[in-house]
Amino acid sequence: MMRREQILNGAVLLGLIAVPLWAWSSGEPFIITLATKVAVLGLAGVGLNIALGTGGLVSLGHAAFFGIGGYAMGILASHAQQYVPLFEWPLLVEGTKSMPVIWLVAIVFSGLAALLIGALSLRTSGVYFIMITLAFAQMLYYFAISWPAYGGEDGMAIYVRNSFPGLNTLDPIQFFAITFVILCMTLWFNARLVRSPFGTALAAARQNAERVEAVGIDPYKLRLAAFVISGMITGLAGALFADLNRFVSPTMFGWHLSGELIVFVILGGTGRLLGPVVGAAIFITLEHVLGGISEYWQIFLGVLLLGVVLVARGGVIAVIAGKGVAHD
Amino acid sequence: MTIILLIEQVLNGLQFGVMLFLMAAGLTLVFGVMGLINLAHGSLYMVGAFAAAAVAGATGSFLLAMAAALGAAAIAGVIVEMLVIRRLYDRDHLDQVLATFALILIFSEGTRWIFGSFPLYLNIPPYLSGPITLPGDIQYPLYRLVIIGVGLLVAAGLFLLISRTRLGIRIRAGESDREMIAALGVNISVLYTIVFALGAALAGLAGALVGAIQSVQVGMGEPVLILAFVVIVIGGIGSITGALVGSLLVGLTDTLGRTLLPVLFGTFMEASAATTVGAAIASMLIYILMAVVLIFRPTGLYGAR
Amino acid sequence: MNKLGKIALAGVAALWAGTALADGVKVGMITTLSGGGAGLGIDVRDGFLLAVKQSGNSDIEVVVEDDQRKPEIAVQLADKMIQSEKVDVLTGIIWSNLAMAVVPSATAQGKFYLSPNAGPSQLAGEGCHENYFNVAWQNDNLHEGAGAYAKDAGFKNTFILAPNYPAGTDALAGYKRFYEGELAGEVYTKLGQTDYAAEIAQIRASGADSVFFFLPGGMGISFLKQYSDSGIDLPVVGPAFSFDQGILQAVGDAALGIKNTSQWSKDIDNPANNAFVESFQAEYGRLPSLYASQGFDTANLLLSAMGKADIDDADAFRAALKEADFDSVRGDFEFGPNNHPIQDIYVREVIKEGDVLTNKIVGVALEDRGDAYAEKCKM
Repeated sequence: MMRREQILNGAVLLGLIAVPLWAWSSGEPFIITLATKVAVLGLAGVGLNIALGTGGLVSLGHAAFFGIGGYAMGILASHAQQYVPLFEWPLLVEGTKSMPVIWLVAIVFSGLAALLIGALSLRTSGVYFIMITLAFAQMLYYFAISWPAYGGEDGMAIYVRNSFPGLNTLDPIQFFAITFVILCMTLWFNARLVRSPFGTALAAARQNAERVEAVGIDPYKLRLAAFVISGMITGLAGALFADLNRFVSPTMFGWHLSGELIVFVILGGTGRLLGPVVGAAIFITLEHVLGGISEYWQIFLGVLLLGVVLVARGGVIAVIAGKGVAHD
Repeated sequence: MTIILLIEQVLNGLQFGVMLFLMAAGLTLVFGVMGLINLAHGSLYMVGAFAAAAVAGATGSFLLAMAAALGAAAIAGVIVEMLVIRRLYDRDHLDQVLATFALILIFSEGTRWIFGSFPLYLNIPPYLSGPITLPGDIQYPLYRLVIIGVGLLVAAGLFLLISRTRLGIRIRAGESDREMIAALGVNISVLYTIVFALGAALAGLAGALVGAIQSVQVGMGEPVLILAFVVIVIGGIGSITGALVGSLLVGLTDTLGRTLLPVLFGTFMEASAATTVGAAIASMLIYILMAVVLIFRPTGLYGAR
Repeated sequence: MNKLGKIALAGVAALWAGTALADGVKVGMITTLSGGGAGLGIDVRDGFLLAVKQSGNSDIEVVVEDDQRKPEIAVQLADKMIQSEKVDVLTGIIWSNLAMAVVPSATAQGKFYLSPNAGPSQLAGEGCHENYFNVAWQNDNLHEGAGAYAKDAGFKNTFILAPNYPAGTDALAGYKRFYEGELAGEVYTKLGQTDYAAEIAQIRASGADSVFFFLPGGMGISFLKQYSDSGIDLPVVGPAFSFDQGILQAVGDAALGIKNTSQWSKDIDNPANNAFVESFQAEYGRLPSLYASQGFDTANLLLSAMGKADIDDADAFRAALKEADFDSVRGDFEFGPNNHPIQDIYVREVIKEGDVLTNKIVGVALEDRGDAYAEKCKM
């Protein structure tokens, strides 16, 4: 069974390269944009999956980190675009258009936010955890809407995509390559993490917290660490998403986004390495194809999602590759 | 800010809270008895409002419209329960969130498909419209007092239902021990359908009552749904008392926050900045309230330990 | 991503689909067709398509897609229209925040953008662009009209309120630009708020002699119903958005008699408008709205330019657009230096025609009004 999932994972990644390459050769740049969207939202889902799949922490507030990542990009790039420093005291901080710097800032700040939100939220569990994470994301959402300095509800447009040394990020296929490489590196990291003692303990804490405590590990700290890592990855995805659209807005903090990330994870298969990527790919393809059929396309989307929950238990990967989750 | 205005704002907060209670009661009941998170509860609220608007438009009778709202939401609840929700009881919360999220999409766009994209008309009947004068010369809309009254009646009815009737005994038994009541020969699946329909009917009633003073449009249920979740989480999930207390807390916090905060900030800030900053913090206030409650009481005010 | 549906219009040869037209113009319309704000997008689309149909011009192809009112989706659709559909002209966006996300990069890529609704101040001032034409209004215009009306009506102490977001703060600023009295209160509400009991109590206690509000969509419906039920009978004035044909029936009698400001009304008496109102009703079976009139004018502007210049010659086409040589349904219409309209802003009053609520013009608030940002525009 594990074998089949590995083959499937390989096929999914190959497919995710093959489609944009085909689109590139046949002059369909928009398909490349779609594939980039899959990679970026898949990455956000991979982040969520660490908390949700491995750690069993159902967060309905991951949009908070996604948005922080997005705004890290928006704020830095807008200051660089207008040649206005972020602040001059106590030390001079300038904006930047360099992707690696922006990514680092996005990761650090979403990690800090995850530390704070996680430290408070992990005192609760179950439905309370779902709702308190939602509450924090909603706070940020309303804050972003009514904070006039960075565009409020209008958001901020960054007219030229940020730069990466040695590449032309404006070329869709090169930007796709960046996101794809980041996705693969994160997946590799995730696979290592899940098999590490930390990952094993985390999964064990999900199934039976007392047993973990009995061997002297504090499940709270374990979960907090997982939540922070999860938030950092989703924050990085937020920065990339902002660069994909060259635009940030408070909708990146919205609860619909948190909901969609959860949908990606479940659709693909909770706790599966590539589950979120498969989920994002299916969701975005459906959105694209169904939208052409009817103005009321969301009805069909709803019916399909229902079908997945009711019939295809364990997500699409479970249906194809079998039930046993590889790292359980 | 005068005392009269403050009293009026407290009344407004109460009315908002009571309206939230109608939503939250159904949500918390369904969670308490069946362990189900129902994101589509807001859709049932919308169904109630649209049914009321359609019937009021056709017959001109407000009471018939209210009855239609109750009926339509209950029927929608039964159908959804039998087709979908029933299969979710033994699933984890994740599957429930996804499935009911899908239901929101179906309900919202389905409603738009049937009723079109423009808001519908539903208004207060003449005999309930206009303000009345309360002691202290407070002018207050009669209809809002009616909402407070209906909400408190429903609350009392629910407490009686749960503490005094056979159905209530079964509901309480279902909350504490599911296998037990099955062993006692109670038809669990019928009980669940009834509880779900009851919650749906309450949501539909709330939608219709509120629809008369708000906008009846697609998507109207979602903001209320989030508020209702905030309420039941603050109150403690599964507790009707908690839902009542939580509703009033949220209603009062939100209403008083958005009127008092700008004034408060105005005492030490320049006026127009105080208005925007005050409004910004006010819009975050109930989420701050919820986070604070959960940090100190991780299962809400009346939640089971 | 959605609404891939190409609306192949009468006369557009199917064999041309998918390839750029040799001499024709391909239009990409990104607008809101699903969710709560769909009514506005549908009206813009219907008005636009009606004008195209009436022109009988077979050189125009329109691709319509739904942005779901989400800026990210709008940006991706714009990419798609430009990269894959290879459109020449973009149009259709309803909301300012979506326009801010799409317009600058589209015009920077050499596409024309004709705005049928949103007119954020940034795009009228420093961010103006020679390829961006606004066929509706600069966002402040209708609020300025309301302020001018308030001055003429002798309001001395107005209570003003709007949601706490950029368009809301702009609205209050626009009102204050022409209003000369005192402010009894200034309140920012939560975006999407549906209960206004607290604000109405503040209005009652404030000693105001009048109320100005900007609450688009469902927020305005809620406010008006609750205001009318509160028993306060201070005069109210607002921009046309809360009194438009699409939502007026949902507000009901609570709106009767209220003055609102608009650059268009169905009773403006000119041949173009009379024909538009009649043909729109015949085609779609409902009265046209403000948004439908804007969509209709947008298409006619485009068609007028197509008659004068070839889209491949961008300079000539731009000059042809700038002439605005079409019969606007609102009467006189010309573009200012920043490609935003110079037009009259009317005062309308909500009346009942039989069972149907609608508006009639009762005066002119501002004549030949441009906008406050034109001088910042360096084109």
